[in-house]
Amino acid sequence: MRPAVLTGEYFMTGDVACAEGALAAGCRFFGGYPITPATEVAEHIAGRLPEVGGTFIQMEDEIAAMASIIGASCAGVKSMTSTSGPGFSLMMENIGLAVCTETPCVVVNVQRAGPSTGLPTQGAQGDMMQARWGSHGHYEIIALAPSSPQEIFYLTVEAFNLSETYRSPVLVMTDEMIGHLSERVVIPEAKKIKTVSRPRPKGSKARFKPFEPGPSGVAPMASAGEGYHIHVTGLTHDQRGYPVMTVETQEAMMAQIMGKIQRNLDDIIRIEEYRLEDAEFVIVSYGVSARTSLAAVDEARELGIKAGLLRLITVWPFPEARIRSLAKRVRGLVTVEINLGQIHLEVERCAAGQAPSLLVGHPGGTIIPPGRVVEALQEFSRGGV
Amino acid sequence: MNQPRKQETHPLDGLLRVDRIPHIWCPGCGIGTAFSASLIAMRESGIDLEKTVMVSGIGCSGRGAGYVNLDSYHTTHGRAIPFATGMKLAKPELNVVVFSGDGDLFAIGGNHFIHAARRNVDLTVVCVNNFNYGMTGGQVAATTPINARTTTTPAGNPDGPFNLPLLAYASGATYVARWTILHTRELMESIQEALLNRGFSFVEILSPCPINYGRRNKESGIASLKIYQDKTIIRNDARPWELEIDFDRGIVLGKFIETERPTCTDRYDSTCRPKELLEGEKTLE
Amino acid sequence: MEFWRVPFDSEEIQVTRGIVHILEDRCKGCGYCIEYCPRDVLAFSSRFNAKGYHPPAVERPDECVNCHYCEIICPEFAIYSVEASPEQAQGSEKG
Repeated sequence: MRPAVLTGEYFMTGDVACAEGALAAGCRFFGGYPITPATEVAEHIAGRLPEVGGTFIQMEDEIAAMASIIGASCAGVKSMTSTSGPGFSLMMENIGLAVCTETPCVVVNVQRAGPSTGLPTQGAQGDMMQARWGSHGHYEIIALAPSSPQEIFYLTVEAFNLSETYRSPVLVMTDEMIGHLSERVVIPEAKKIKTVSRPRPKGSKARFKPFEPGPSGVAPMASAGEGYHIHVTGLTHDQRGYPVMTVETQEAMMAQIMGKIQRNLDDIIRIEEYRLEDAEFVIVSYGVSARTSLAAVDEARELGIKAGLLRLITVWPFPEARIRSLAKRVRGLVTVEINLGQIHLEVERCAAGQAPSLLVGHPGGTIIPPGRVVEALQEFSRGGV
Repeated sequence: MNQPRKQETHPLDGLLRVDRIPHIWCPGCGIGTAFSASLIAMRESGIDLEKTVMVSGIGCSGRGAGYVNLDSYHTTHGRAIPFATGMKLAKPELNVVVFSGDGDLFAIGGNHFIHAARRNVDLTVVCVNNFNYGMTGGQVAATTPINARTTTTPAGNPDGPFNLPLLAYASGATYVARWTILHTRELMESIQEALLNRGFSFVEILSPCPINYGRRNKESGIASLKIYQDKTIIRNDARPWELEIDFDRGIVLGKFIETERPTCTDRYDSTCRPKELLEGEKTLE
Repeated sequence: MEFWRVPFDSEEIQVTRGIVHILEDRCKGCGYCIEYCPRDVLAFSSRFNAKGYHPPAVERPDECVNCHYCEIICPEFAIYSVEASPEQAQGSEKG
């Protein structure tokens, strides 16, 4: 029987690496539903979970899948689901439930071209704004964007760690290219993989308040069946978890749910910089597009354009501060993404006119070739924007 | 209000969040009775209450979870059952009780109900059927009797209601019963049996909704109870397809199905965690 | 209690008697306990509780046999009965 951490070197697709990352992070429940191109995450983990004492269930639809992972997490088990655009849309209401009830869980979206049924077997990055705002109401969310199967492994572990630390759903926003790409993946020894679990209550059960923040600013989480008699509701609630339908309670609850993420941007936001030190033109990209843009940076440099890449590993919360500071000193920002301008809107907003920004986008179904990015950089550097 | 009142406690106060009593349900609403019967059944059944969890959806019945002094989860509309499924599969030693309403469980939640029953997830589903969507003001539901008046069927309901025990039976439930809040003793006993039954157990409870359903159909709370007294018959041997909701013909109450078959967890363990896998070198791929 | 033929064990068998307790401020005046008490023990009082409802009053306390029906039918957790001790019951025996 295989262990949870399959230490070794593999030639593995992104979807499978994602499943292995989840297991390494301690995921022991997966409630899923098949959808191209995320099905393989579920298929692989369906075989692996029983080996590590976990449980897999294919639910009747994505709504049920999302509900089931929240239930499992409330029972104290780290849980995950995987889907693509149409399923992601279905999961939105319950993602809001996880946000409001501060339930840790991981949702993987292997993006494909939309809208609607779109191009099921061809990747895109068109769900990025939906990742931020897909559920109704106002809230914060954490979304990570891996650029390789190796990185999916690590970022899935990170997704669990962030979700447990901040008691929030965390989205792993990958795409079909990375999901179906087979590449070298090294899985390290278990002891080298840091895993985090949700803060746990200490002290009197009778006086325990399920939504009273602990010293970290996040409320310790009691699981079902431990005798804490907690009440958890999606209604606006106070620290006892009781629904209280007042404006004051709404303000307090929102401050807590959003504050725990907003106060910890330093911990949550991860970015990678390539040749940025003296860059005059900065490519802002993420996921598979950041990867194809690496070649564009080098090509542009060959042509004498001082290009650099800011790769967003954390896409939400958006690294506003970094964009603002870059906008002050560079001549231009280029957003490269497989959609028609979503993260680009954030880049533009944060640049606030201090530097011009340009989008190199595509409606979906294919990668953005480095050549197109180089052309844009050339046009930019000629001043033709 | 300024006179000091004797501090009285009710025998069920230990199981209630007394700081939230009186509850929000209307005068004469049967949910309170159904909820009370459920608490008594939980207490009398002998199950470990510390490991007992109540999960509900949205609606008047869904508020029940907020009043029980146990771990309780008030989830999204229609999704109490998949939430409960995830919870039960992740931690099988929990006793998971779903307490929700007819609209939540059978309209928006219908798909989840039939699948959980098919899988025989070891849950106890207590459905308060007040024949409408009460909380939102009395709209038609999948259980509203034909010709009944609701706010979205002002001319009378053109559609017919589900036969819930038949639906539960056909989907694979291993315990199926229907009572009214008037038949309180049978109801308490039935919920107790449902709790102790291994597998997907379902109890339908007919209940007055005096303010929303009742006012539009000229049925006060007492009038509803009178109907439950006069127009029902207990026939435990009735077949599920004989249990149509037809108040003119009469409603059949009783415990219709009580059986046992392997639960979802039983079969997952025996099929997906086979001994050769756990003990040997074999892998699943 | 009236007998048309006195049972041989009428001296030994005692009918259970009950005492009804009402948590008046929880009552919402639905009337179910009053309507369905098998012994007609309860009736609407003319008092108002804190929310303006008329809670039940125990009109015929000697008739209560502790059947608990008011307790189980009440949707409000507002009424319950407890068994009267033999001494208390003795006092209400009508013969």
